[in-house]
Amino acid sequence: MRFGVLQFPGSCDEVDALHAARLVGDAELLWHGERDLKGVAAVIVPGGFSYGDYLRAGAIARFAPVMEAVSEFASEGGLVLGICNGFQVLCEAHLLPGALLPNANRRFTFRQMQLQVVQRDTCFTSACAPARGGLEGSPTLSIPAKHSWGRYYADEATLDELEANGQVVLRYAPEENFNGSLRDIAGVRNAAGNVFGLMPHPEHAVDPLTGSTDGLCIFASMCLAVEGARV
Amino acid sequence: MSESARSFGDAGASSSPLPTVADALALGLTREEYELVCAKQARAPNQVELAMYSLLWSEHCAYKHSKKLLRTLPTEGRHVVMGPGENAGAVDVGGGLVCAFKVESHNHPSAVEPFQGAATGVGGILRDIFAIGARPIAVLDSLRFGEVGSAGPADSGAEIGGLSAANTAQRSGASQIRSRYLLGGAVAGIGHYGNSIGVPTVGGEVYFEGPYEHNCLVNAMALGLAPRERLVRSAAAGPGNVLVLFGASTGRDGIGGASVLASAELGEGDDKRPTVQVGDPFEEKKLLECSLELLERRLLVALQDLGAAGLTSSAAEMASKGGVGIDIDVARVPLREPDLEPFEIMVSESQERMLCVVAPEDVEAVLALCEKWEVGGSPIGSITDSGRVRVFAGEALLGDMPVRALVDDCPLYDLAPAAPSAPVYAAPARVLAAGASLHEVLLALLASPNLASRRPLFEHFDSVVQSRTVRRPEQADAAVLKLPDGSALGVCIDGNGRRVAADPYRGTIAAVLECASNLACVGAEPLGTTNNLNFANPEKPHIAWQLSEAVRGLGEACRALEAPIVGGNVSLYNEGAAGPIYPTPVIGMVGRLPDAARAGRLGFAAEGDTIALIGPFVPSLPASELAKLRGQELPARLPDIDIDAVRCAQFAVRGALRAGALSSAHDIAEGGLAVALAECCLAGGLGAEVRLDGTRAGGGEDGDGGGGSREDLFTTLFGEGPGGFLISGTANGVRSLGRRTYVRVIGTVGGDSLRLACGAERVNSSLAEMSTAHGALGLLFS
Repeated sequence: MRFGVLQFPGSCDEVDALHAARLVGDAELLWHGERDLKGVAAVIVPGGFSYGDYLRAGAIARFAPVMEAVSEFASEGGLVLGICNGFQVLCEAHLLPGALLPNANRRFTFRQMQLQVVQRDTCFTSACAPARGGLEGSPTLSIPAKHSWGRYYADEATLDELEANGQVVLRYAPEENFNGSLRDIAGVRNAAGNVFGLMPHPEHAVDPLTGSTDGLCIFASMCLAVEGARV
Repeated sequence: MSESARSFGDAGASSSPLPTVADALALGLTREEYELVCAKQARAPNQVELAMYSLLWSEHCAYKHSKKLLRTLPTEGRHVVMGPGENAGAVDVGGGLVCAFKVESHNHPSAVEPFQGAATGVGGILRDIFAIGARPIAVLDSLRFGEVGSAGPADSGAEIGGLSAANTAQRSGASQIRSRYLLGGAVAGIGHYGNSIGVPTVGGEVYFEGPYEHNCLVNAMALGLAPRERLVRSAAAGPGNVLVLFGASTGRDGIGGASVLASAELGEGDDKRPTVQVGDPFEEKKLLECSLELLERRLLVALQDLGAAGLTSSAAEMASKGGVGIDIDVARVPLREPDLEPFEIMVSESQERMLCVVAPEDVEAVLALCEKWEVGGSPIGSITDSGRVRVFAGEALLGDMPVRALVDDCPLYDLAPAAPSAPVYAAPARVLAAGASLHEVLLALLASPNLASRRPLFEHFDSVVQSRTVRRPEQADAAVLKLPDGSALGVCIDGNGRRVAADPYRGTIAAVLECASNLACVGAEPLGTTNNLNFANPEKPHIAWQLSEAVRGLGEACRALEAPIVGGNVSLYNEGAAGPIYPTPVIGMVGRLPDAARAGRLGFAAEGDTIALIGPFVPSLPASELAKLRGQELPARLPDIDIDAVRCAQFAVRGALRAGALSSAHDIAEGGLAVALAECCLAGGLGAEVRLDGTRAGGGEDGDGGGGSREDLFTTLFGEGPGGFLISGTANGVRSLGRRTYVRVIGTVGGDSLRLACGAERVNSSLAEMSTAHGALGLLFS
């Protein structure tokens, strides 16, 4: 299967995402000024600072020509993964519920995070290995996070609804939540289950040399979701 | 006034009178230099010309007090692809790739406005890297500030070990708050720029010492990678070719930064804020991608970034290197504010701008690519065969100078070095009581701001973007970045100003050796060196002596290590009302290791592993961190260093790591053996049982560390000096080093505490309490 990775002028992690996707399939970059998704089977909105993010993270990127195509693709059920800035863009574009606010510690923070996969039955986590006696039986992933605006926020009613619908996919492990995300939410999906955003960077956890391979299962799950029917 | 000058003035559209010698003095030139300018021009320079001369003849651009010394440094070697003189140096790293790297200072801007000063320092060094066609892959920083105090609120004034002193608590409280402000601003600025542009910050160092209180140091080093054939030089060529300025528009920021700010001492109460530039990493990100794509498509003849002295220095240097002339039309330079004077346009240090030379038939394609990346691009002039830099505003000629006079004819000065007859630096304030126990000393050292964990700083930085980072900060003594062929680069930056202040020659040798030792601890062999010489006013004989001695040590050590200097920077006049900074040569080194998977790490890795002390380590306390905590004066000199013996130890450690024989390797540095042991324990989350009886370290003639006086005990545990390594591994693995260097087995990895026996003395410190002490800097950022 072929992934498309969006490229904005201020994207930073697009090449990392491209390499990660290529470990499980084909992948190519999609320029922000174009409306053509070139027939890719899944879209990744990568990390970085799309248009500098001087206004509010992701606030301008949502108006990019390519995002029109992504919205249409998502409405037709196409798989969309937003990582960090990509998560912010998907929230700004209302493809995902909630918003991302400045970190509770009020500064950019880089940290290797422990994440609990609380929903394994999704297009983005089905390939994550079962727990090795981890936290409450759910798989734990070691993945780096690096951001200034990562505090997940939604009103209480929305949060309750997300929990009830199984849309909360990832949580920060206890004591790990430096950004102050409500209910320790690290990643959510939309109601239809085909759009997923998370603040930590799975594309930076795909090589044992650079620290961890725990992020690979996110990309492998997407592959499985697209190709699974064929196997 | 000569006839030619009058007719020039008529043509020059400048109604302002010719500047006088007083104007020249205000711009930083000496009377003699002004007269030399007049002679070169065969008339008095006008305002535009004087502004340009004053910048190009400034210390910052012309290196007029350091150039003769720098010529003594080794710059050639088998790995060197590009040496000093280009925007950055480059070494061959195999696989058809070269690594470009350089360190630069942004000291005075950071002292005035730390956030923007540090941010634009990073921006500037990144432009140097992509100006030669390399994609930036990493940033490291070297920072110096005044004292920030020990953990807890500023001005606590408390001593460790029971003694109390509140003598200067109030004054030191205010200065500590200022130093914390500068630290916070600089760290945030570095993060703001590096994180936003997608280049990982993979390492760095920071020290806190009184002499930096009024003049902090912010040095940034960057590395880039390029296919060997893609490297581009900055020499302009081809009369008739077009000069294209691209990137941000030009504003009034940074006017006179190089001359007024970077080439003079910082005065108390000077308002120099307008001379500090403002950075925009998003603009630079676009500029970076645009530049690399222009080069990939082979659309450029030459490329140069705009840094200190803006258009003036970029254009003059491109013309000088190519042996051509350049015409510039300031009316075609896109402006951020409409009423800029021509001389301001020529000297503005607005950030995120590049200058390139383009064949006429490629101009359209170049501008189209600028449009794709949403960066401004404007043809602003052309290459000529006149050998002159001519500045126009439309048709009017505003300045006309020989390129040679601007770039090559600045007078170079001989230093008048003289060793100081009295101590230059006051003893630091005592913070450790005389009767402090070994245990108290160990914890005080771990909590000392110079030794405490840097994690609270590194957490401000993305260290993994671009997916090359095999060793992040605090995982190893050097950062490790993998290359496509499975090999890797090791890189580090180092420099202990206090030891250089005690002995500029030996202190600088030690700094270079420390870098190479750090590389050895990841398994890397040095390929090349960059350096930033941060010194005070070289016109003073004792500062000139510090500088000469340091450069002598630098050259000697780099020659011995076969790690030639491929580029660097000099920052002088780093002193304020309170006196000079510690002389601070900052050394950056890049090395290569054949197998990224065998990169060393510093933390103990397995229970039961054997711990050994390696190398010709002869610890001594003078100028050490413990001596500082005790409030001791600097010694008159440091012990002699056997460079070859240190080199053999580096060779042995590197070889054992490459053979996969070791679990960990760590260079013994500030705080000595005991602190190094604690660092290995903390990084690995494992304790250790160590006996130092009979070790060579710190022993007298009988080699018995525990048999001497109590002071010998402190020397053994906390003394400093080059050439010591702590390694761990299987007994067989450790034994494999014995043929090449000194090896003393001193203990075993295990447990949850560090248990040190030294003669009859015992120290037992839990991982938890050492971790708490080591986390002291966290309080500065909470």
